[in-house]
Amino acid sequence: MMSTTDATFVGDLGPEFLREIQRRMLLIRRFDERATDLHAQGHVPAVIHTSTNQEAAVVGATMALREDDYMTGNHRSHGHPIGKGSDVRGLMAELLGRSTGICRGKGGSMHLADFSVGSLGESGIVGSGVPVAVGAALSASVRGTDQVALAFFGDGAANAGPVHEAMNLASVWKLPAIFYCENNGFAITVPIATSTSVVDISDRAAGYSMPGVTVDGQDVLAVYEVTAAAVARARRGEGPSLIEAKTYRTREHAEGLFLDYRDQEEIDAWAKRDPIKLFDSWLVSSDTMTAKELVSLRAEVEAELDEAVSFALDSEMPAPEEAFEDLYTNPLPASRFGGVR
Amino acid sequence: MTDAASASIDTSEGSTHRVNYLAAIREAQVEELRRDDSVIMMGEDLVASLFGTASGFLDEFGPKRIRDTPISEAGFAGAAIGAAMTGLRPIVDFSVSTFLYSAMDQIVSQAAKIRYMSGGQASIPLVFRAGEFFGSGDAAHHSDRPHSMFMTVPGLKIIAPTTPYDIKGLLKTAIRDDDPVLCFEAKTLWNEREHIPDDEYLIPFGQGDVKREGTDVTIVAIGAAVPHAVAAAATLSEQGISAEVVDPRSLVPFDWDMVFTSVAKTSRLVVADPAPLTCSTASEVVATVTEAMFGDLAAAPVRVTTPDIQIPFSPTMEAGLYPDAAKIAAAAERVMKG
Repeated sequence: MMSTTDATFVGDLGPEFLREIQRRMLLIRRFDERATDLHAQGHVPAVIHTSTNQEAAVVGATMALREDDYMTGNHRSHGHPIGKGSDVRGLMAELLGRSTGICRGKGGSMHLADFSVGSLGESGIVGSGVPVAVGAALSASVRGTDQVALAFFGDGAANAGPVHEAMNLASVWKLPAIFYCENNGFAITVPIATSTSVVDISDRAAGYSMPGVTVDGQDVLAVYEVTAAAVARARRGEGPSLIEAKTYRTREHAEGLFLDYRDQEEIDAWAKRDPIKLFDSWLVSSDTMTAKELVSLRAEVEAELDEAVSFALDSEMPAPEEAFEDLYTNPLPASRFGGVR
Repeated sequence: MTDAASASIDTSEGSTHRVNYLAAIREAQVEELRRDDSVIMMGEDLVASLFGTASGFLDEFGPKRIRDTPISEAGFAGAAIGAAMTGLRPIVDFSVSTFLYSAMDQIVSQAAKIRYMSGGQASIPLVFRAGEFFGSGDAAHHSDRPHSMFMTVPGLKIIAPTTPYDIKGLLKTAIRDDDPVLCFEAKTLWNEREHIPDDEYLIPFGQGDVKREGTDVTIVAIGAAVPHAVAAAATLSEQGISAEVVDPRSLVPFDWDMVFTSVAKTSRLVVADPAPLTCSTASEVVATVTEAMFGDLAAAPVRVTTPDIQIPFSPTMEAGLYPDAAKIAAAAERVMKG
């Protein structure tokens, strides 16, 4: 497993970039915590899935992408668009089902999408967004741009047929795609050992003639380095790669669940490798940021989220008629949809 | 169906040429591939073009735009969706409509829903073409008529053209449309031939066509049932019954105005549809007309469909299952008595 926090390559990234990595990780952590509070207060319909303790596995990957690169994700959906640079106001309003939400209240927590930053949607059907990312890579290839597409999926989706079809297709068509598995060890309650034929998901790359690498998902710079290498390979026209980031969610599959399937010792051990704390230490020890600067970074993130929460709470709920918008590009009148109203 | 069957073609102006259904598909595709570089095609055995609808395409348009796929329906359907969301206009040739089921999640959960779930951020301009193979001993894995099944999925547009003229004009519209379109092509129509204009034309969605005018009974015919309905109308005319044959051509959106206008004239309705009876397009037409104009109906409408049964292999069992001219004529006679 690659772990390269001390690698010399980070010197080329520059302090502003390194600060931005930590800012986005903090933004995901605190966005999820704010969302959890709002959920407990009854402001968020249905369920939310947090990325707590998985932030490095997300941000290390998204920071290796350009804004015009594409990305699809899954039901654990808040972190991906935040990592890609989406405005948290529209995301928070979406969680609250407001008409100012990024998806106008039609998607919600599991299905965020922000096309303005290349976020093509988070699929609530596990594994289903992976072929879509391959299509974005196909489009970039046919149009002759150097864009790439990254598909986030979990260890559960690693066993879904469409993911394998997508990997084979990207390989035979040599597409600029990155298959990126956040392996957090559990498909809701089912541990990977009882569901999966390999210990390392990255071993599956061999079956599709592409490079596969497993990386420490708590080490944001290690994640960044392997993703940047896969992105560079894709931009050079050399085809897809598979990356597996080993990580762990310290909160439940979804907020409000209390399931008994993990040992507390295991959760505690992973919590000790909190990716944000690890990177805090690195930023200070490498003289990239001072402790004081880290405090002000946190205050900056808090202010951004204060504004996002206010924006969301102050926004209107959609009018019932808005349910009839956005189905087709050339809208039909509501009367054509049938049903008694 | 004869050359004269399609009442809508105005060939009084301009020159024409005679094509069959498959050649009309090829013409639609080649014209749109030449017109717009963002149009690409993919499918199993596309390069070899088993049925001729893409013959010569690889040579003219090259391997970036014309792609054979592995047998990975979910994978390549999803790839078409992602490509459509990011600037291309894919045409996916599914060959046989039952192969759509292997891509069901991509069609229903992604193609039909991404625009809606993203609050209108996505446009998904793609065409899934699917042949409805039935009537020739292919048995249940290749013989479905699933157009009605997909009508229950909001977000898809669905066309079922029945003549060379209609398939060319509607397929060109489908390729230019910014939403996902399923195009169902019944194999029994492949040898239909007629003269079509040399000049370019398009047919808008939601605009049906009266294939034969009449005053006594309306026969709404879906897909492969259309030529049978036209033949039935000829038989009925010998008995002094004037049947109007109405082909909606696109199932989503549906030309309700045309059906309502015809039924207002005739007060009698038969719907012929090769789909299985339950939740067929025929069921939807009968239900909608009955709700909207119950008081105008002189008799209970009748559906002529395939029974709710799988398609058997042996010809003696298969032959009698589908709507044909005799069944449609008998149904029309029933509603005339009703």
